[in-house]
Amino acid sequence: MSAPSVLRSAARLDCFQVLCAAACVLVVGVLALIFWEILHGAWPAMKKLGTGFLTGTDWVPHRGRFGVLPFIIGTIATSLIALLLAFPPGLAIAIFLSEDFLPRPVRQLVRFVVELLAAIPSVVYGLWGIFVVVPMVQTAGTWASERFGEVPLFAGPAYGNSLIAAGLVLALMILPTITAIARSSLVAVPHALREGAYALGATRWEAIFGVILPAAAPGVVAATILALGRAMGETMAVAMLIGNSSRLSWSLFAPSGTLASLLANQFGEAEGLQISALLYASLVLIAFTLAVNAAGELVLRYTERRTAGLR
Amino acid sequence: MDNPVTHAADFFGDNSPDATKAISRSLGNRLLTGLCIGLSFLAMVPLVSILCLVVKNGLPLLDWSVFTELPPAAGMTGGGFGNAAVGTLTMVGLGLALAAPPAVLAAIYICEYDPRGRLAGTVRFVAKLLTGIPSIICGVFAFAAVVVVTGKFSAVAGGVALAVLMLPTILLTAEQALLGVQNTYREASYGLGATRFQTVFRVVLPGALPAIMTGVMLAVARAAGETAPLVFTALFSQFWASSLMEPTASLSVLIYNFSTMPFEHQVKMAWTASLVLVLLVTLTNVTAQLVFSRRSP
Repeated sequence: MSAPSVLRSAARLDCFQVLCAAACVLVVGVLALIFWEILHGAWPAMKKLGTGFLTGTDWVPHRGRFGVLPFIIGTIATSLIALLLAFPPGLAIAIFLSEDFLPRPVRQLVRFVVELLAAIPSVVYGLWGIFVVVPMVQTAGTWASERFGEVPLFAGPAYGNSLIAAGLVLALMILPTITAIARSSLVAVPHALREGAYALGATRWEAIFGVILPAAAPGVVAATILALGRAMGETMAVAMLIGNSSRLSWSLFAPSGTLASLLANQFGEAEGLQISALLYASLVLIAFTLAVNAAGELVLRYTERRTAGLR
Repeated sequence: MDNPVTHAADFFGDNSPDATKAISRSLGNRLLTGLCIGLSFLAMVPLVSILCLVVKNGLPLLDWSVFTELPPAAGMTGGGFGNAAVGTLTMVGLGLALAAPPAVLAAIYICEYDPRGRLAGTVRFVAKLLTGIPSIICGVFAFAAVVVVTGKFSAVAGGVALAVLMLPTILLTAEQALLGVQNTYREASYGLGATRFQTVFRVVLPGALPAIMTGVMLAVARAAGETAPLVFTALFSQFWASSLMEPTASLSVLIYNFSTMPFEHQVKMAWTASLVLVLLVTLTNVTAQLVFSRRSP
């Protein structure tokens, strides 16, 4: 290699490294820019409304009243309903996929189906929900409010577009998340533990409940937390099914709203202080999802360290 | 392996309470297995229902004309969603063009140049944070950064929102792809006197390319189905777009808008658009996983 070409390639090396480093700075800059843009836009509302925004219960844009509490409660309620509904089947599928109940092709089919569930766009879930889940919920809700009208959860008139309709569809959407992460932590449990349990005379399920699940527990917890984070941020299907009301109600069959559905519905036509208030609401949403995801990520890291120690 | 205790009890002809206990253990085992399999198959019911309805309601209107005609106005019949299909492709392409180069370059930096440095650690952390941010926040960001600044809803704003969505996915999968290239290759390259740049370009990148492409395709599939980042950045349009700086239709927003209309034809159109979108997303996913992953070393 002649001297000039060595020089040239050395220079090129430097340029390329600088380019790559610049890309890194850009990636970090994007996150900073997201925070700055949203904070900057939300500032007028934060100054004017203060913490009353978080505890206020009316959302009446044309009167300048902005209280986001009903949407915070709606976000938490729908995600918890989704989690309660998705956890048992999600964990069952994860166990099913990591054990040898049925031959491998059947398990691969189930795995493919779950992955397909994850690939279907949110808006298609919403469309399906409008025509399948909402009528079912309407019928069930009418029946429940006639029989158990005194229980606050079923009180009042039943609507199809309601908290429970959104929760049901959300449950389907977070099922793949729970299954995928729980399955990988079940598979990571060392074989020696399972063999030890069988050698002591445990049946399959005694081994699962007594040995395998406890060993994989942190991973299962992480799966649940990350699924919760996903449910809180999910937007379109919820916006299409929840009925978008800012009225607080105990009933599962009453229309409600979430932070994400509020943003999806009102941003397009918002003006003035409403834009700023919506940006304030998106800050609240970011805070919720980041906190939940960070918790999930921490548990997941702890799991990896723990299973690494078991080997 | 299933129930050794029961077998032992049978073998010794033991009729003590221990035997009943063994039978109940074995029964509990069977019951739980049945429950587990039952729950697994229960989860398939909604998916089958979704796929069946999308095909059943979407097929009647599906022909070539839906890709060449404009959406029908409220209450009208006929028409298609040509502009929405073009809009989706435009904005996904725009997002990809904005996100892929920095994402791959940053992945090269954190893998090849300075894996343990402070900048690499920060980038990994930021990428993790970005994957956890809900997709609607990408839309909020593009609204504040592009729509408010330019004063109008546009394909560019939609593209920026999708770019933010795709950035962390591409970065993290590209990092995994680069990590998958064996270190002996790098050492051999350096041993032959190659510079770092030559090693990255001639040895590492060609080896990692199939896996990087898989990540890119997965990001594209996800972005193509997203509605939340587009609904108030690109908005919607009944017409063909003539520039990138005007409201632009997309398949996902069309489904959202038409799904709540009180007209039967529009609802059918939403189902047809869903069928097209599901096919597009599934095909991209399957191609990503089959074609590219098979060629990787």
